[in-house]
Amino acid sequence: MSRSVATPAGRDAGDEAPSPDLMTRLLAAGVDRRAFLRYCAALTATLAMPPRFAPRVAEALTAVDRPALVWLEFQDCAGDTESFLRARDPSVAQLVLDLLSVDYHETIMAAAGTQAEAARDATLARGGHLVVVEGSVPLGAGGGYCTVGGRSAEQILKAAAAKAAAVVNVGTCSAYGGLPAADPNPTQAVPVEEVISGVPVLNLPGCPVNADNLTATLAHYLTFGALPPADDLGRPLFAYGERIHDNCPRRGHFDAGEFALEWGDEGHRKGWCLYRLGCKGPSTFHNCPIQQWNGGTNWPIGAGHGCVGCTEPGFWDDLSPFYDRLPHVTAGGLDATAEQIGLAVAGASAAIFAAHGAGKVVQHRLARRREHAAATQDGDAHE
Amino acid sequence: MSERIVVDPVTRIEGHLRLEVRLDGGQVAEAWSSATMWRGLETILEGRDPRDAWLFAQRICGVCTTVHALASVRAVEDALGLVPPPNARTLRDLIAAAQAVHDHVVHFYHLHALDWVDVTAALKADPGATARLAQSLSAHPRSTKAVFAGVRDRFAAFVRSGRLGPFTGGYWGHPAYRLPPEADLLALSHYLDALDFQRDYARVHALLGGKNPHPQTYLVGGMAVPIDPASQAAINDDTLQEVRGLLLKGRDFVRQVYLPDLFAIAAAYPEWGRIGRGLGTYLAFGDYSAAPPRTGRPPAGGLFPGGLVRDGDLSRAEPFDPARIAEYVTHSWFAYDKGDAEPLAPWSGETRPAYTGPAPPYEHLDVERKYSWLKSPRYGDLAVEVGPLARIAVGYAAGDGGVRSATDAALTRLHAGRDVLFSTLGRMLARGLETGLLADHALDLLDRLTSAVAAGDLRVHDGSRWDPATWPASARGVGFHEAPRGGLSHWVVIENRRIARYQAVVPSTWNAGPRDAAGRPGAYEAALAGTPVADPRRPLEILRTVHSFDPCMACAAHVLDADGRPVVEVRVQ
Repeated sequence: MSRSVATPAGRDAGDEAPSPDLMTRLLAAGVDRRAFLRYCAALTATLAMPPRFAPRVAEALTAVDRPALVWLEFQDCAGDTESFLRARDPSVAQLVLDLLSVDYHETIMAAAGTQAEAARDATLARGGHLVVVEGSVPLGAGGGYCTVGGRSAEQILKAAAAKAAAVVNVGTCSAYGGLPAADPNPTQAVPVEEVISGVPVLNLPGCPVNADNLTATLAHYLTFGALPPADDLGRPLFAYGERIHDNCPRRGHFDAGEFALEWGDEGHRKGWCLYRLGCKGPSTFHNCPIQQWNGGTNWPIGAGHGCVGCTEPGFWDDLSPFYDRLPHVTAGGLDATAEQIGLAVAGASAAIFAAHGAGKVVQHRLARRREHAAATQDGDAHE
Repeated sequence: MSERIVVDPVTRIEGHLRLEVRLDGGQVAEAWSSATMWRGLETILEGRDPRDAWLFAQRICGVCTTVHALASVRAVEDALGLVPPPNARTLRDLIAAAQAVHDHVVHFYHLHALDWVDVTAALKADPGATARLAQSLSAHPRSTKAVFAGVRDRFAAFVRSGRLGPFTGGYWGHPAYRLPPEADLLALSHYLDALDFQRDYARVHALLGGKNPHPQTYLVGGMAVPIDPASQAAINDDTLQEVRGLLLKGRDFVRQVYLPDLFAIAAAYPEWGRIGRGLGTYLAFGDYSAAPPRTGRPPAGGLFPGGLVRDGDLSRAEPFDPARIAEYVTHSWFAYDKGDAEPLAPWSGETRPAYTGPAPPYEHLDVERKYSWLKSPRYGDLAVEVGPLARIAVGYAAGDGGVRSATDAALTRLHAGRDVLFSTLGRMLARGLETGLLADHALDLLDRLTSAVAAGDLRVHDGSRWDPATWPASARGVGFHEAPRGGLSHWVVIENRRIARYQAVVPSTWNAGPRDAAGRPGAYEAALAGTPVADPRRPLEILRTVHSFDPCMACAAHVLDADGRPVVEVRVQ
């Protein structure tokens, strides 16, 4: 990437006006100038940056040189791909045709087989590309739990990351192992960061990823040439810096001790707090209540179901059964209590992650043993 | 003499699919379908709270999102003897119908169209002539010269950039592409329109279920989305109006864009009504019924009837019997306790992985032995096809009025006989026909919900069995759903309030599964046989047939061809 790297914090710009070049480019692309600038302002807000950065975002998004993107799918359900297809502003058509060069994405690309792999390999050889990963990487069975074109997920990922500018994990599976890594993790599924090193990595967990957070991350990268600042779980602060519980429109009911007690009861119908029906909002960090889904249409709590904590590492095991109340939360809902919940949970997440890291060593050891066993078996078969 | 080609990754599908194919005399002689990814969800579900199962099971697929959630809650309710209130059942069907419409539109434009449409040829089209062509097909308001000129110019700028992105390496210029450039431009334009359409239409799920993909609103016993005309935090009159607007747009898009384009493509490729027949035997469970569920079987009297059609005989549909379903693992990377020769019924199903395939990187699979992560489901020991074509064939044979009239009208429009249904083209037609039926049905469902709410019925959940203390010590249940890709069933055994056993028999397992103990091929394998392949290095025709099933797995196709890449096997016959 030839773009200069700068962060919002490092800049002290006043209001910036769009350049004449930008206006010409928008005109040539047949884009409605005012709508586009309005969009860039919204994007800047999503990124939690001051409005004065909007023109800079606009300039970057209309750069002539579209960066290459390679989207890899491993142990996935394509839910993150589908979320990407729902991207509103910029729409997926704008992303694909105008903003990025999506050189490899199995779900949408025209080419198949040899030709598909050739397109990918040409981009990887040039280097400087973005890699988006969806799905976890299974180390078990010598890589036999997930192969594409005869190569294992691990082999493909390492090759794709080697000369990449950055890796963005979309969804909880690539970020933290997700569903395939849930107990008893039958395939020894691991997150991307346990396989690659030496390249900047950002995690956008969620089941699936919220398209708005993905497009905002891409916009940040296009604008500043770097990934946005992240927390200690690798999640960008603009999207994962605050707890759902703190931004929930139902927080007032929690504080007032107003809870839905049974599905369909008066409290449930009136939009009272879902904590007693199992909501994991107090332990979950995400901008879900603010950004919402499908162009700001709604979100799970808005549709009456508690949060399941899908942006947290290990949520399938650590936050289930999903209809059980979070432990150590005294009902009645004082602010002080809620803050205690938050601190306790942040500690728990760190502990979970540390435990996961320790598990990694064991898993690698297991994988090596299995590979050895597989190689031995192969040898036997050929004798 | 014959040669072996491999297509891996098969793209424009969900998941990882690999095809190995033996060509002989310019067509496919034999094909082997392999799913190359496994996650072990059934194993992960064991020991968990059955009320959580739908959240896990929903993640089987993010494309046909929600269908596994639905089958899962139905299975647990079947085990517990729960009947959700009518509003909950209506909401579920409404979400399912919207899913099917959405999924089929995305499949047609974004996953299948590029097999029939040469987008690079669209650059040669005259926008005025394209507008005249579009206006001759339907009254879609965006069929103007200015719109088509805009799309052509935008795409021309894209091509001039020299970076074709997802269109890189397509089989452009392949002799099997036969549409006039105006039809190519029309389809390219609608490819882009459909991207916008599907994004907006998915809002039905967000309004009723919080988000899409993976709506979060199911419960064992009903739904979590409350209904209350007097609340802003529940489905109210505003919500119903907004959903209605989206459903009407969906119906218009299907009628004015999708179906006219489908007929235009079908008319240009009539020979594909004779290619890709495959098994010719079709199974549907039946679905979309207002009637309450029946223990251990799908409800009767739905939009799609259940049944079996044998050998393309549309004069008779045999009744569906769930007890006849069983799965082989003879050619699958699993091991059964009592050996791999006999199939197991789903309630006694086992999921023990036993990968015996080659260590990656590999060039080919040993198709004489185990070669796929899919099992081989059979019905009464028959290999069957499931999906839109099965639903249309069974509905037609069962004498269903809606299915019959829609099918006869389509065949008349194409000047085609009923045999054309049993083909690659027939699968595309059936998918389009049922999309039309479901787009209308969704509005009927919304009317049903609106009337119930107006009559004061706000119930969405039966909580009588919510507390696990009310459950029997052991129970088992099955949930059926006609998902976009075909008949789906989830089977659960509950012991001591925990999941003891869980099996999902999914549509793409029926269709994409490998051979069974007797060597009988699955639906993809059978349908690919006889498919012509003009150029083994560019197997466009193979993609046409396999995409006609709308594969949903996580796998891909990759032709190892004669130049450069090794031909895996060359057999002299």
